[in-house]
Amino acid sequence: MENLRYELSTTKPAGGTRAVGLVGVVASGNLEVLLERGEAPDRCVIDIATPAHGFAALWQAVTADFAVRMAAGGLRITINDGGARPDTVALRLAQGVHLMEKPE
Amino acid sequence: MRDWNTKGRDRQARLEAGLRFATGKIVAAQDLVAFLEATLRPGDRVCLEGDNQKQADVLAKALAKVDPAKVNGLHMVQSGVVLPEHLDIFETGIARRLDFSYSGPQSARIARMMFGGQIELGAVHTYLELFARYFIDLTPQVALIAAVSADKDGNLYTGPNTEDTPTVVEATSFGKGLVIAQVGEIVDRVPRVDIPADQVHFVVDAGRPFYVEPLFTRDPAAITETQILTAMLAIKGLYAPYGVRRLNHGIGFNTAAIELLLPTYGERLGLKGKVCTHWALNPHPTLIPAIESGWVEQIHCFGSEVGMEDYMRARPDIFFTGPDGSLRSNRAFCQTAGLYACDMFIGSTLQIDLAGNSSTVTGGRVAGFGGAPNMGSDARGRRHPSAPWLRAGQEADPDGPPPLRRGRKLVVQIGETFGDGNAPMFVERLGALDLADKLDLDLAPVMVYGDDVTHIVTEEGIANLLLCRDKDEREQAIRGVAGYTEVGRARDRTMVDRLRERKVIQRPEDLGIDPLDADRGLLVAHSIKDLMIASGGLYRPPSRFRNW
Repeated sequence: MENLRYELSTTKPAGGTRAVGLVGVVASGNLEVLLERGEAPDRCVIDIATPAHGFAALWQAVTADFAVRMAAGGLRITINDGGARPDTVALRLAQGVHLMEKPE
Repeated sequence: MRDWNTKGRDRQARLEAGLRFATGKIVAAQDLVAFLEATLRPGDRVCLEGDNQKQADVLAKALAKVDPAKVNGLHMVQSGVVLPEHLDIFETGIARRLDFSYSGPQSARIARMMFGGQIELGAVHTYLELFARYFIDLTPQVALIAAVSADKDGNLYTGPNTEDTPTVVEATSFGKGLVIAQVGEIVDRVPRVDIPADQVHFVVDAGRPFYVEPLFTRDPAAITETQILTAMLAIKGLYAPYGVRRLNHGIGFNTAAIELLLPTYGERLGLKGKVCTHWALNPHPTLIPAIESGWVEQIHCFGSEVGMEDYMRARPDIFFTGPDGSLRSNRAFCQTAGLYACDMFIGSTLQIDLAGNSSTVTGGRVAGFGGAPNMGSDARGRRHPSAPWLRAGQEADPDGPPPLRRGRKLVVQIGETFGDGNAPMFVERLGALDLADKLDLDLAPVMVYGDDVTHIVTEEGIANLLLCRDKDEREQAIRGVAGYTEVGRARDRTMVDRLRERKVIQRPEDLGIDPLDADRGLLVAHSIKDLMIASGGLYRPPSRFRNW
């Protein structure tokens, strides 16, 4: 298991008031994304636990794009990865942000 | 004095040689090998009917058993190289030269045999292109074809899988060649005459149906959420704005997802009746829910699909059916329909390069083309206008004078940025080029040329290549939807941002697509069983797709 952490500057604060959100499942080729609030509104912290070693550069690219493109400010995100492809990771992160905008 | 009927006399000699093994036109199955040895000559051009789906398997097995001392050096001209026997005859020397279109299951072996010099390759064609050559310079001297049944006169019923048969028989029979058919049974009266008896010279009672491959069945259970996202992008970002009513779908999971989203997502967008009404399409089981909810007006089919026969028989307004009620497919006509009468082709591919060329060649496989290059190309001979065609033409050439401006067919490549086994869909160099080098081919096997492609859809967004004004813009538009592949990560971010401002690139958020909708719950059917239920029990899935 490899553990990665990214502390990112964001462009937009997360919308909505939902305290916690969970999208995805831990399965082969998939991932679980837990979203919580509590960071500064211009910051997003992402912790990743992945069974696939050696993909730090890809994780960095996916999370950096996410912080720029999505309203992720103030979120603390924990990823439990099952060896998902980057396209699946990006989709789950986008889903997570949209989920946080919806009422509980 | 010149003899003007050498071909007719040649056929007459073969007919007489064959008649020694026949009662009327009927040849007994146990005499088949000796019969073929009597009617075939060394060096003959032979079409051994191997279509996309149906196979003249009994004739193929018999041909593989003829004595290579008597029959050798044949030039095989057939659309599908599918059965092992299709290649066995090249190992024994019965055949030497090959012109074909598609070799799906034999793609690795055919490449090895070409490399080893056992097969002398003429060319790899599209279906329509090979059919065309049947009438010009590749007219078969003998055609070995397959049908469901025959009467004693030799009238043939092909059933729903008519496919290539009328084209093969037309060229062979009127070109003074010999037509030999294997049939599942001899009957007093065929349900309908697909091939008239005077074009058929011999009939072999195979005693069982020909082999058919279910090629177009996609299990909804295997569709991923990323594929659903690409399907939503296509529907909202292409089908809706262009108003695409006449189209062809490839056979991948992305387009299966589109078919399963029409009654849900498409309905929500108010598109029913405005898009996807007329199709050139094989009978995809995944289209059943859209047909049942009234989206589809008419479908013409290249071939059939195993298990769809009763469903199509019960929907004669939608499908082309005969007086007997069963589907009449026709590959040559449907290919022509897809080329000239459809405004969009959308399909998946395995590799796309920076110019937009795409190929399904990977590793040492020569899979051939089938019909995709005709579907996925702009027909330069098209002259009738339609709204999507005119709009695409305007986007490509906004300053051209409208009455003299060609329209453009929408040719869309759709897929996830990473495919099976994490192979990137975007590459700097196509694997097809390595294969062309290795086999010393004049042309690399490119499925769809970049100058025909109008849009590329991935989970990252839609690239509209019609709006690109030069090579650099085109390359960055492609990189801009290539996700986290190496090609995608090497993008010029500033240029990609500018392309996005001009809507050359559109992201899901630009189109107002909520990623939370990219959920399997949005599919109208979640399994093969759901499709069967949607058909009212008329669709009978093949056993390999039944898991209940």
